[in-house]
Amino acid sequence: MTTAPSEPGDPRATVTAWFSSRVGGILVPLAATTLAFLIGGLVVAVTGHNPLTAYKAIFEGTGLNWFFPWVSGEAREGAANDLQQTLILMTPLVLTGLAVAFAFRCGLFNIGGQGQYWVGFFGALYIGTNLEGTPRPLHVLLALLAGILAGALWGGIAGLLKATVGAHEVITTIMLNWIAIFGGSYLVEIGGPLQGRQPSIPRSDDVFPSAELWPIWGSLPSLHAGLFIALFALVVYYILLNRTTLGYEVRAVGFNPEAARYGGISVAKNYFLALAISGAFAGLAGSVDLLGFKGGVSTGDFPTNLIAFTGIAVALLGRNKAIGILFAALLFAALEVGTSTRQLDPEVFEPELATDLATMIQALVIFFVGAEFLILYAWRARRFIGGGQPRIQPELEQ
Amino acid sequence: MADAPLLELRGITKQFPGVLANDGVDFELAKGEVHALLGENGAGKSTLMNIVYGLYHPDEGEIRLNGQPVRIGSPRDAIDMGIGMVHQHFMLIPVMTVAENIVLANEPTKGPFLDLAGAEARVRELSTQFGLAVRPEARVASISVGMQQRAEILKALYRGAEILILDEPTAVLTPQEAGELFAIIRSLQADGRSIIFISHKLNEVLEIADRITVLRQGKRIDTVPGKGATKEGLARLMVGREVVLRVEKPPAQPGETLLEVEDLTVRDERDLEAVRGISFDVKAGEIVGIAGVDGNGQTELIDALTGLRRPSGGRILAAGEDITSASARECLDLGVGHIPEDRQVRGLVLDFTLAENLALHDFRKEPDSKWGWLYPKRLVQRAGRLLKEFDVRGGRPQTLAAALSGGNQQKVVVAREVSRDPRILIAAQPTRGLDVGAIEFVHRRLVQERDEGRAILLVSFELDEILSLSDRILVLYEGRIVGEYPPGVSEEELGIAMTGGTRKAA
Repeated sequence: MTTAPSEPGDPRATVTAWFSSRVGGILVPLAATTLAFLIGGLVVAVTGHNPLTAYKAIFEGTGLNWFFPWVSGEAREGAANDLQQTLILMTPLVLTGLAVAFAFRCGLFNIGGQGQYWVGFFGALYIGTNLEGTPRPLHVLLALLAGILAGALWGGIAGLLKATVGAHEVITTIMLNWIAIFGGSYLVEIGGPLQGRQPSIPRSDDVFPSAELWPIWGSLPSLHAGLFIALFALVVYYILLNRTTLGYEVRAVGFNPEAARYGGISVAKNYFLALAISGAFAGLAGSVDLLGFKGGVSTGDFPTNLIAFTGIAVALLGRNKAIGILFAALLFAALEVGTSTRQLDPEVFEPELATDLATMIQALVIFFVGAEFLILYAWRARRFIGGGQPRIQPELEQ
Repeated sequence: MADAPLLELRGITKQFPGVLANDGVDFELAKGEVHALLGENGAGKSTLMNIVYGLYHPDEGEIRLNGQPVRIGSPRDAIDMGIGMVHQHFMLIPVMTVAENIVLANEPTKGPFLDLAGAEARVRELSTQFGLAVRPEARVASISVGMQQRAEILKALYRGAEILILDEPTAVLTPQEAGELFAIIRSLQADGRSIIFISHKLNEVLEIADRITVLRQGKRIDTVPGKGATKEGLARLMVGREVVLRVEKPPAQPGETLLEVEDLTVRDERDLEAVRGISFDVKAGEIVGIAGVDGNGQTELIDALTGLRRPSGGRILAAGEDITSASARECLDLGVGHIPEDRQVRGLVLDFTLAENLALHDFRKEPDSKWGWLYPKRLVQRAGRLLKEFDVRGGRPQTLAAALSGGNQQKVVVAREVSRDPRILIAAQPTRGLDVGAIEFVHRRLVQERDEGRAILLVSFELDEILSLSDRILVLYEGRIVGEYPPGVSEEELGIAMTGGTRKAA
């Protein structure tokens, strides 16, 4: 129907548009998170625990209470330790979140973050376990660059396949994940090419101390300088998308490939670049984890590491925006740390249950963010019936 | 009309947040009448009819049916009162057959079972009665838009509609289909049904309507008899000022040849030849119109000329340069501007701001960017200038393109193409879906660009547009140019050529 009663120029419509684009952007993730925690609380209640006590214990486990000035003495030290763990985990989540988000902005779904993470990890591992005697800043820098490049290469393969033969990136990145996971496992298994000096342990050597990222806070293990790298990556992401012609092209292709093509933009080139850059972020995540606190890798690490899949959740909840990704990564890191066995008092809530609760809340958050269109649909339907043309008002720039 | 009118609206007012969509509108419909509701986009036509159909409730005012005040609470009520509406976007279920769609919510049954044979028979009966050719057993997804519309009309008739509201029914139809629709409307009228015909196209309204009610900005401006009404008069009522329908233009002064097409063949997605060896040229300072029914190779021709599709044979020269296998970007850089057929699919990135959209072709160059570094402020500055120059309303540089009305979106596209100072401008359907005021703007601008020495190729399905703008007219039929005509040619002659009636050498 062509009713369009609200003339776009009218000030009230503009204010509404501004409101829904700016505030609506925060509203949906907030609503999704709140709903997820409410339902999680119900489940806690059903298991015979007090949800408020449980959530309080989980919150204290995240170390976020460190920011409260009234927490002092031993509690403060404990909180500091917990917060360090949360931030250590947040670091790769920011980066894998960016990996997913960047591809999203080009209209692509990169599920291959995990593979790109591992390939980046091995790139950094190779440099970190070689080049002994290289001065520390240089060694770190080289290892990070190797990780970024390796990740970009892995993402770029999927990009190249998409750009040349149109192979769907979801399929190719999933397959590349398994190649990376099994390939990595092979490299460090007993008798594998990168197995370390301990003959009976399926584990790589650790990187030389000169390739380690600098510790910045605490000691068990300490928060490392990778946090700054992740924060810097957020800035790079924002600038790349909004202040460069590359970002302009990526966004144009993501929003409307046909219009981009008409504008003289090569859609294929951007598919390739977006997945390569996406892979670079994931590869950086792997490198930062390695050089920050892991040191090396065992075969047992491969099946348990799902950091890049959580990264998809981070990108979804963060709505592919730098600031959103920061907070979403913090939320998911805190949730994981707060419910981990080490942090939670079994008296309050069984840690096994708590870990499940964390997974459940994560899933619910994703579900509700994914159901956003339902929420918006209901919103528009309300306006439509109540009298008013539903106006599609997509979010403003980044 | 001694009796009370069949349908009578008194002082209908409908307020939407921030907008008064209907402001004390009076309207009446006599039995057996075709009453057109004319107005620009956003004048409140659809709102008014949605009120009659029970989709909206008026804030004030009264609806009388056969003289009795009624309250139409929902479409269900409307249907029960014998009011049917065919929306612009069809409400059919693609995977179901025509007959199934028509009887939906009113299925004939035999015992506990659906009587599909009975439904099909009833549909056939209605369809022959009013000359509504449909195949009841065909799946909706596989039939033409025209047939889908007939199915919608049948659905309304099946439910016993005495009053039929058609919302911009010709917007989606080819000229032939529109002709068929008018025949159907007349047969319905002969049967004593009453029709409300919503439109913003003056031709159609003059052709079909017994009476015409003009709305402007939510108010009823006037109701005039169809007989004796003129396009100029109606346009003035619609827009509220004098509108120049016939484009004023001095004779063309063609200069050097800028666009040369030699024996061009282009294949479509299915790898069939859509353009079959055509040759023509366009000179500086002239508008060459390509007339033709949709689907005769226009899209493929435009794509080939603008580097979006590689021709399978022949040559294209732009100002002497061979652009036969040039990319879209090279074509742009060689001075081929392109107002695309569909502004929402191709012409604009709707989720981009106007500033970003206006930079779509030039963002790689200074001053928009340097060494890959974009200067958003400069995009905004330029946009501010262009929006003013091209009188784009309802948006600032930071507004999303999606938030503009169709006419203003088109102005943004025109602004972008024209401001790049192209030597050749390819305008495909440049006024599709626009209202009179915006059409006037685009037409005037095209003539102005012609007079500045650009070579303009106009591709349009609207004969009016071709006839009023072109200095030479080529007719494209099944991928071939079947005739070249001077601007004075009659509509009939062109119409015949467009449907393959004659085959004059180009």
